[in-house]
Amino acid sequence: MYTSRIERTIDAAIAAFLWGFRIVVILVVVVGSLLTLQGGRYSGDTWLRLVIDGITLGSVYSLIALGYTMVYGILRMINFAHGDIFMAGAFGGYFVAAYFNRSGFLNAGLIPTFLSIGLMIVVAMIVSTVIAVLMERVAYRPLRNAPRLVPLITAIGASFFLEYSFRGFFGPGIYAYPSISILQEQILPGIIRFRLIDAVVIGAALLMMLGLYLFVTRTKVGTAMRAVSEDMATASLMGIDVDRIIVTTFAIGAAMAGAAGVLYGLMFTQVYFFTGFIPGIKAFTAAVLGGIGNIPGAMVGGLFLGLAESIGPILFLDGLNVPSPNQLKDVIAFTMLVLILIFRPSGILGERLAVKRA
Amino acid sequence: MRRFSGIAIALALAAAACTGGGGTTPPPDKLGVVEIPPGEPLHIAFWGVLSGANASLGEDSKRGVEIAIDDKGGKLLGHTIELTSEDAQCTPEGGATAAQKLAADKTIVGLIGSSCSDETAGGMATLNAAGLVTISPSNTRPQFTQADRPAEFAGYLRTAHSDAVQGKVAAEFVYNQLKLTKAATIHDGSAYAEALANVFAESFKQLGGQIVAQEAVSKGQTDMKPVLTKIAAAGPEFIYYPIFVAEGGFITAQAKEVPGLENVKLMGADGMFSPDFVKAAGAAAEGMYLSSPDFTAFGGDYAGFLAKYKAKYGDPISIFHAHAYDATNILFAAIEKVAVKADDGTVYIGRQALRDALYQTKDFPGVTGTLTCSQYGDCSAPVIAVYQITAREVGGQWPPEKPIWRPEASPGS
Repeated sequence: MYTSRIERTIDAAIAAFLWGFRIVVILVVVVGSLLTLQGGRYSGDTWLRLVIDGITLGSVYSLIALGYTMVYGILRMINFAHGDIFMAGAFGGYFVAAYFNRSGFLNAGLIPTFLSIGLMIVVAMIVSTVIAVLMERVAYRPLRNAPRLVPLITAIGASFFLEYSFRGFFGPGIYAYPSISILQEQILPGIIRFRLIDAVVIGAALLMMLGLYLFVTRTKVGTAMRAVSEDMATASLMGIDVDRIIVTTFAIGAAMAGAAGVLYGLMFTQVYFFTGFIPGIKAFTAAVLGGIGNIPGAMVGGLFLGLAESIGPILFLDGLNVPSPNQLKDVIAFTMLVLILIFRPSGILGERLAVKRA
Repeated sequence: MRRFSGIAIALALAAAACTGGGGTTPPPDKLGVVEIPPGEPLHIAFWGVLSGANASLGEDSKRGVEIAIDDKGGKLLGHTIELTSEDAQCTPEGGATAAQKLAADKTIVGLIGSSCSDETAGGMATLNAAGLVTISPSNTRPQFTQADRPAEFAGYLRTAHSDAVQGKVAAEFVYNQLKLTKAATIHDGSAYAEALANVFAESFKQLGGQIVAQEAVSKGQTDMKPVLTKIAAAGPEFIYYPIFVAEGGFITAQAKEVPGLENVKLMGADGMFSPDFVKAAGAAAEGMYLSSPDFTAFGGDYAGFLAKYKAKYGDPISIFHAHAYDATNILFAAIEKVAVKADDGTVYIGRQALRDALYQTKDFPGVTGTLTCSQYGDCSAPVIAVYQITAREVGGQWPPEKPIWRPEASPGS
């Protein structure tokens, strides 16, 4: 009787705190945004630029997030080494870019540039896929039936293994993608500042996500993937080779991450052995935000996170006179995550598979 | 019975103490004495950043230490010099971890390091409590050698300049030389960058300039466009971002892409004075300025030292190798001064005596200038200049041939 009253008080206090948190965060967001907009320090053009930056960054997050979400959908496992698969792709693309830069082909005109970028993406996809398939075979498959925490720890180990192998091979220094002058050109002069690079990143990401969506929903292998993710045992009874489907899932997720690595390299130029860590965490966040296991959810989550990071600090905090708000961009991004998970515990579009599993 | 055994142990200890030193008793010292028996090495350590984007900063300093050891023929007081290095990763946590490891090793006589001010902020308390003394070749945070520094800095000296000097030189250059009046600053929250950005802002305002924005990014951040867009809205003519290689590279590359900043002048500081920075920033670095120690104004035999460096390692990869060389030589001189040598070759070094000797360093002929340590551990002979990155450096040559500007009456020279 006595303890239960204490418990009830504690429960009520926690509930009150959570409600207070929701109200405070929403108040900060609304009041901050209104004050910033009222202040009028930033023109419409500035906001549009921030939106474009957010979408570009968000589409890279989305591409990486797909790998997390697909593997989770099938194995209920967070593949923490996925960020490093992305880094491997960025490295693969770098060496192709450096080669074409030396021969002068990279900056020889529109068509050679796009051919080079295409080849960079293909090589990066191959590098990432090979590493991911090997990793699945060596590190994950032998543990398929182990308790769920075991593959998670293995994934962390695999992540360190990849990071420090790359450090061993290529050293701790930074590699910079060569600059491609055509990509910096404005494609909509006079209307809005929109560079070719933004179009390339957004376009490539959309194309790949569309391709993946069609692959998963329209092809036989895609159907098999969905079947395995719904019920592995039944799927195998229906004659589906589960091991092959799992490898395929890893391979496709890694290919997306490899392509994202090249797009990231084109945008930010720097690559080194630790490059995958932060984008990996952000993409995992994006996957949870959209609803983990849900492919369109990963796309939505990535874009949302990119926009929150890009616009959030200025929109929410500038009006409240917070000094240097951009230092807090991760705080804002993760507060948005908490807020969304409070109101929608299974993400924006929902964790599609969890219900069926329960 | 218990009392008897206690007396027996005390007697045994006393006997051991008398015979252990071959007849000579170790000098009394309130922080303890390092005893180096014959045949054992004299152990010193370097701690600083040896991995990650800023690895070249620490690696360059470590090479300076190694050359100083080579100059001694690898031996001091008849003992081989052993050098341990600890990676402190340019973070407070890394500094704390490295300091824990070093403090646990009772054979270490003295330390050279750290590289980044953050590392010292994280590790100094541990090192000081262990009675160790460290000389930093590249920490520049002004507070470390000011009168009001914390008590834990009793074991801290540096041969690097204080940013009280560097920030002022940068501000003078922008206001008097570039004739710009509206500046913005960006720091990354590190002990180094925050202090330097503030010194610059204060000095710039004193000269009559206007600071239109003071922003910050976080370490590891890659997308700088939002913060640059915010700065652009304030309309600066100039941006000073005294941060590190990776983030500095992102800002340099992305500033050109932000509307309103196309023609804004950019400037970094000694933390970015490395070929790695130019590699990270790419072609966008061309034309930007960096404040850093003026190697053309180094006194003493810098040319001779540089020749040894190039013969052993190739071109220097940062600017603080000479400061590290000087720091090591000051340490060796102080060790030689306070060491007590027994007849059998055992060497005793009192830790407090070593500290005192270091603080008494006066008119020491170093390669960065003539060094005299202040009572707060500032041993530097600061000569700061401004360099400009040109197509030559972007093309892969390093370092720049010479600075483009230095203050008329350079303090300390």
